[in-house]
This record gives sequence, structure tokens and C-alpha cells, in this order.
Amino acid sequence: MSSGSLHRTLEARRLTLRLGGVAVVEGADLALAPGEVSALLGPNGAGKSTLLRGLAGLQAPWEGQVLLGDRPLADLPGRQRAREIGYLPQAATVHWPLVVERVVALGRIPHLGPWQRPGAEDAYAVDRALAATGVEGLRHRAVTELSGGERARVLLARVLAGEPSYLLADEPVAGLDPYHQVHFMELVREYAARGRTVALVMHDLNLAARFCDRLFLMDEGRLVAEGGAREVLDPGHLARVFGIRALYGESEGEPYVVPWGRA
Amino acid sequence: MPGERARAWLLTGLGLVLLALAGASLGIGYVAIPLHRIPGALLGPPGSAEALILQELRLPRTLLGMAVGGTLGIAGAGLQGLLRNPLAEPGVLGISNSAALGAVLTLYTGVAAVAPLALPASAMAGALLALLVLYGLAGREANVQTLILAGVAISSLAGALISVALNLAPSPHATTEILFWLLGSLADRGMDHVAWGLPLMGLGTLLLLSTGRALDALSMGEETARSLGFHLGSLRFRVIVGATLGVGAGVAVSGSIGFVGLVVPHILRPLVGYQPARLLPASALGGAILLLLADLGLRLAADRVDLKLGVVTALVGAPFFLHLVLKTRRMTV
Repeated sequence: MSSGSLHRTLEARRLTLRLGGVAVVEGADLALAPGEVSALLGPNGAGKSTLLRGLAGLQAPWEGQVLLGDRPLADLPGRQRAREIGYLPQAATVHWPLVVERVVALGRIPHLGPWQRPGAEDAYAVDRALAATGVEGLRHRAVTELSGGERARVLLARVLAGEPSYLLADEPVAGLDPYHQVHFMELVREYAARGRTVALVMHDLNLAARFCDRLFLMDEGRLVAEGGAREVLDPGHLARVFGIRALYGESEGEPYVVPWGRA
Repeated sequence: MPGERARAWLLTGLGLVLLALAGASLGIGYVAIPLHRIPGALLGPPGSAEALILQELRLPRTLLGMAVGGTLGIAGAGLQGLLRNPLAEPGVLGISNSAALGAVLTLYTGVAAVAPLALPASAMAGALLALLVLYGLAGREANVQTLILAGVAISSLAGALISVALNLAPSPHATTEILFWLLGSLADRGMDHVAWGLPLMGLGTLLLLSTGRALDALSMGEETARSLGFHLGSLRFRVIVGATLGVGAGVAVSGSIGFVGLVVPHILRPLVGYQPARLLPASALGGAILLLLADLGLRLAADRVDLKLGVVTALVGAPFFLHLVLKTRRMTV
């Protein structure tokens, strides 16, 4: 692994992204800092997923740029980008009934030469990822036979096996039961604690408030607020962006919000 | 890993079966040649009758059977991986039908009778033209749906034009000739067929083999494959061009041979743990085995009934496919 890659920011500068001729993200400025878990929040259609894909290098900038450290992401060769940035798409599907171990091993592809077979180091990385997400016991099961919670952890293990410095995930906890939601968030917190950068597109304001260091709030393609949960989830923002009013409280020093009605 | 060892055994096993079948294909026929005399007759001077039969007839037939079957198998596996659809086969993108149309045109016009190489050359041209039209219709960044739709359109058009050629054929003799050619055969192919067919099929096979890891990544969807550093346009290009070169050359040599590209990857997929990359080489060996078997079968039956190769593969393939459908249904219910 290249040294120093762990301490660079992934940054969008005046980033505009278009889908089918329509600007879905407009002039976004944000920086993801190493060691932090960030949440991209906003109503449906706000541009969160597109912004995440832009940060992952999967959507070319229409204007502005994405910087990895001081280099434009677009200048990085695909394989090198893939070693740095792990991306977990929304509602990821697996098209064949591959066994869990094989799926997780796919995460090692960016580390292999074109005809190079996986070696001992790759096998260790797969083992570590299986252990970190607690799915060692499922190693030989077909991924298509797993429950939603199990599959979400296996797909996370797939990304972790590549040991990327940046982990970007699109609604990874949507559709999971509360236990698995909390477990997933703890897993990505552990990953960030090792100097990695994590950004998640989320809908659950409380999981974001509880587990994320920094919240980015999007509305109609623009970033409208950035910071901790208390600033970003204040009554004004919730009313303007989500059109809701909420109850506020605090537990163990962390704020929580309960959507209570439409504003 | 235990999976690695199982994979090595599978490929070794398939390789040994193929070798045995190749030996049988050289030895069995109108004149039986004992195994121990084959190497001498193959490598020796072309004086004896046995040497003549082996060098002029059975060697090209065996080599082409292995190459065409192998190409159809790996092309089917590659296309199924690319389209993430177990029903995909070389016919689905219109390659087979377009190559067949190219060949039929030379039979229809009578050019094939005057210039023997015109038929394979025209078949190859048909396949490449289909490739250009496919890219023209679907574009370079096409999604899977667009690709399949464009392929089906091309395939139907080529099929319709073949019917027109049959309909308007100048004589009953020409109609019969076209029909028999369409049924597929490896009989009476010479070393000149091997000389130009093998490199094209080899190139196609290499292109397809190079896509293994990208197809593995694609089993997690297009976004994941891209995030793992693969360029989808390049992957698509290698699979489609590889299949076009291989299958185009295959059809040019042997006529239309169905079901190999569909059935072989199906049979082998569970044996390689459903992994697209491992399916590629296994399907190449499996396709070669299936086609040699079919060709041997029809040669053994030749004194009683004159069957064409494409007929045999369809006769074997279709019931087997039905069996697979029933098995899959039982598994999902």
C-alpha cells in the first residue's frame, strides 16, 4: 500500500454533475476528512447518490472537479482509483449464486495484475474482511441464499477486502432491521477509526446524528448545510429541506430527532 | 484454497476427455485406424492410404471440430457473463445468422462453386458487418437491453434474408445446397480451412479469455465493476469482437451449429462455482468435447443414416435444455 494515501482528503470543488442534460448536483464544495464518517442527507431526488458517484469517480464532472489529495481524480487510472476508493452501490445485486468467499475476494481485484492470481496477502485481506464484518461462518454459503442483513455485511466485506482509503456507500442501511443498522454503522466507525474516510448516503437522521462526525445536507442539487448534527438538523433546515417538524432530545450526550409531522 | 484444486481437476479432467475423444476422432471412421498407428501415419510421409486419410481428412476434421466447439462454448460463456443472462448465446447478437447469410449468398449466387474460399470469406464479412451494425444501432455505451434488442433485430433480419435466398433460389439443387449447408457439417473440410480458420478462432478465444476478471466483477453489477477499475466499453468490445471473430470463423467453416454455446456453459457453471472467469476455459474445453462427440456419433451412424452436425447438436441439446429448465424450476419453487 502506498504510504501517505491514508491522510489525504477527498474533495469536491464547485462540482456540477449532469444526468441526461439536467444538472443534478450544482456547484458542490465539500471535503471528506480522514478518520471521519460523513453522512450525505437530503430528501429523495436531492442529488445525494449522484454526488457520491461523482466522489467515487463514476460520474464525470460537468464543471468543477474532484480532488484526491492534490490530484484530480479523473487523472487517476481506473485500477489505482479502485485501490483508493471503495464504492458500495445502492441495493447491490449479485447476478450468480457465488459463494460468500468469492464475492468478498472480488474486492481484491484492484490489487492484482491482469493475469496475476490472488496470493497469501489477498487471502489474509479476505479473512480480515470476513472477520471484521462477522460473516466468517457464511464463507461457503451462496450469497443469493442470505438474509438482507447477512448480505449487507457480505457486500461491506467485499469493499473492505480491498482496504480502500475511502469508503463510499449509497444507502447501505436501507432495508435492514434496527440491530443490523446499528451493527453496520459500528463497523464503518471502526473502519474510519483506522484513519480511513467514510461517506454514506443516508435517510435515517438519527443514525446519521448518532454515528457520523459530519453531516452534509442537500436540497435540489445544492449543499445547504454542513457540520454536526445540532447545526445541520435544526428546526429551520428540517422544515425547509424535508418539510417536516421534529421532536428533539438528547441521550448519552448525543442529540436525536423524531420526525413528528409535516411542517 | 480447496476451490483452486477442484478447478485444476476439472480443467485437467476435461482436457483428458478431450484428448481421448480427439484420438477416437482420428481413429474412428469408414476405415478404422488403430491408436498405435496414428502418430506414425500423422507425422510420416503421405504415402500410405492411412496417412492420406489421417492427414487430409481426419486431422482437419478433428482440429476444426475442437476449434469450432471450443469457440462456441467460450463465446456462449462470455456473452452470458456480459449480458448476465443464462439464455444468451452466440446467436443472440445476430453474429451466427449474419455469418450464415454471408455464406448463403455465395451459395445462392453460385460464387461458392467457382471460388471455394469465397464462402468462408463472405461468412466472415457477414459476421463483421453484423458487428458494425450492432455498434451502430446500440452505440458504444449501450446498456444490456439495447444490445440484446439490437442483436435480436439483426438476427431476425439476417434470418429473413436467408429465407428470401431459399425462396428465390435459382434451382432446387441450389435450395438443397443452402439447406444442407445451414444444417452444419465438418465433413470434407481440408487443412486450408484449418489454416485460416484456426487463427481467427484462436484470436477470438484469447480476447474472450482476457475478459475473465472483468466478467467476475460484472457479476456484482455495472457500477461495482466500474468502481473496481474496469472500463465497461472495453469489456463489451472484447467480448463482442472476440465472439464475432470466433463464431464468425466457426460458422464460415462448419455452418450453423446451435445449442453448443447455450448448453455447455449451463452444464459447467455449477461445477466452477458460478464464477464467470473460471467458466470461460472450462466452456472452451466442454464445447470442444460436445462437438467432437456429436461428430463422432454421426460418423458412427453414417452407414445407416446421413445426419448433419447441427441436427445432432440440436437433438442432443434441446432435450438436455428442457431437463435443465425443469431442474431450475424445481429449485426455485
